[in-house]
Amino acid sequence: MSEKPFRVLPRVTDQNRHFWTGGAEGKLQFLRCRPCGTWVHPPAPVCPACLSRDLAASAVSGRASVVTVTLNHQPWVPAPDHPYAIAIVEIEEQPGLRLMTNVVNCPPEAVRIGMPVRVVFEPHADVYVPLFEPAGA
Amino acid sequence: MEVLERRACITGIGQSEVGRRLGRDPLGLTLDACLAAIEDAGLTRDRIDGLSTYPGAIGGAPGFTGAGVAEVHDALRLHLDWYGGGIEQPGQLGSVVNACMAVACGLASHVLCFRSVWEGTAQGKGGRAGIGVGGGGGGSPRAAGPLEYALPFRAYSAANWIAMFAQRHFHEYGTTREQMAWIALNARRNAARNPRAIYRDPMTLEDYLAARMISTPFCLYDCDVPVDGATAVVVSRRDAARDLRRKPIGVEAVGTALRGRPSWDQFDDLTTMALRDAGAMLWERTDLRPRDVDVALLYDGFSFISMAWLEALGFCGKGESGPFIAGGERIALDGEIPLNTHGGQLSAGRLHGYGFLHEACVQLWGEGGARQVPGSPEVAVAAAGGGPLGGCLLLTRG
Repeated sequence: MSEKPFRVLPRVTDQNRHFWTGGAEGKLQFLRCRPCGTWVHPPAPVCPACLSRDLAASAVSGRASVVTVTLNHQPWVPAPDHPYAIAIVEIEEQPGLRLMTNVVNCPPEAVRIGMPVRVVFEPHADVYVPLFEPAGA
Repeated sequence: MEVLERRACITGIGQSEVGRRLGRDPLGLTLDACLAAIEDAGLTRDRIDGLSTYPGAIGGAPGFTGAGVAEVHDALRLHLDWYGGGIEQPGQLGSVVNACMAVACGLASHVLCFRSVWEGTAQGKGGRAGIGVGGGGGGSPRAAGPLEYALPFRAYSAANWIAMFAQRHFHEYGTTREQMAWIALNARRNAARNPRAIYRDPMTLEDYLAARMISTPFCLYDCDVPVDGATAVVVSRRDAARDLRRKPIGVEAVGTALRGRPSWDQFDDLTTMALRDAGAMLWERTDLRPRDVDVALLYDGFSFISMAWLEALGFCGKGESGPFIAGGERIALDGEIPLNTHGGQLSAGRLHGYGFLHEACVQLWGEGGARQVPGSPEVAVAAAGGGPLGGCLLLTRG
């Protein structure tokens, strides 16, 4: 990956640590309900499907597909790499298990809806920002 | 079930001066609008017994809120039986729905509702800002709260978040920028007839397509224009409105639903937004149908949001807003559903939701001047909000 851009980092808490720091071990983690298996994002103290409180962080494969994408041209924050691709991707393990992210390591114009992607982490201090790159890259 | 909002009506409207950078005290602008609305209704401030606003005195982006409930309450030394303000409600017009509920329940007789912004001055010459770091507290520069899962991915603006809904719509339905352009072109066409609009010079499809890109598929002209200005309306209980100056505008039905997830990125259908549910609910509360509506004022913070409202309110089928607006004939002043007759937020300024309600009243009272919809419109819809926010009102003359 080329030079890292500026990012506003999240405040890491006991509730979200698995998501924002799992990349240190190469893992993309979400909360998962132990009784019913539902993946939950963003983190919450109860399972939205069965209301169980028995949730634990668990790693997914890191494979996903692009649900939608926009190429940001506007310099909200000075950066050398406009336009860049902001996307929502859906994780392979569960329909609707989505996150906003950036698709990197390809020309932004090459990012397509439906495109298979895989997670790649960009470390910033204690945070490993989960980004995605084309699965074939 | 009694549709209680029908006990409410709109009896007066007011607006301050509106400009790109007025450099004026935002409370002063707010009071200009409030006093104008009270006078327009034929009321005096001692008869105002309710006060409602969106989003109230919160932090947020520079200039996002010009005054809270308490500031207006105190400045006008009002004697209130009911009041409320906040951002967690069905969009900007949720505050007007609250006022309808307050008068319908007998908590108040005349509720002054207002929305005030000074984003033009607050943003200054630097142009439109991205959203700052959310969460607050502890002096940490890190993101928390609703923006925790957007800002780290360099998605700093609603332009980015809404653009992704638009792009998904383009993907599923074949919608094009040449179609979407007509929201902006129609707004500009109408603004030319509105002396209070910000941008009135003609715009062509070529101008639109040549504009610089903000966040695909949105170019500059898909984004509304930050301004300074305030809008106010008086919501009265029908039986308290008989002696007032104007013939009241009826509230036929409201839509406040949010049945999907309250989120910019987790909503179940990314080709639409929360407004889908608000629109559906509106028609569950009335026997009127979309074909009965004579003029539509549909939020255009970004052009695509108007398209999503057109679909949500049933003016066209799901996914069909692109072909529906293409060419701009159906949505023109003399078209089948005249849209954003004042120029919308794209050309008349980002008064943030209330401008649409104000214009709906102007049209129903027949005071649109050069932009008046022909044929004496009797039914209007005013709708505001995008992303996880949405609320709408169906209004009738008399």
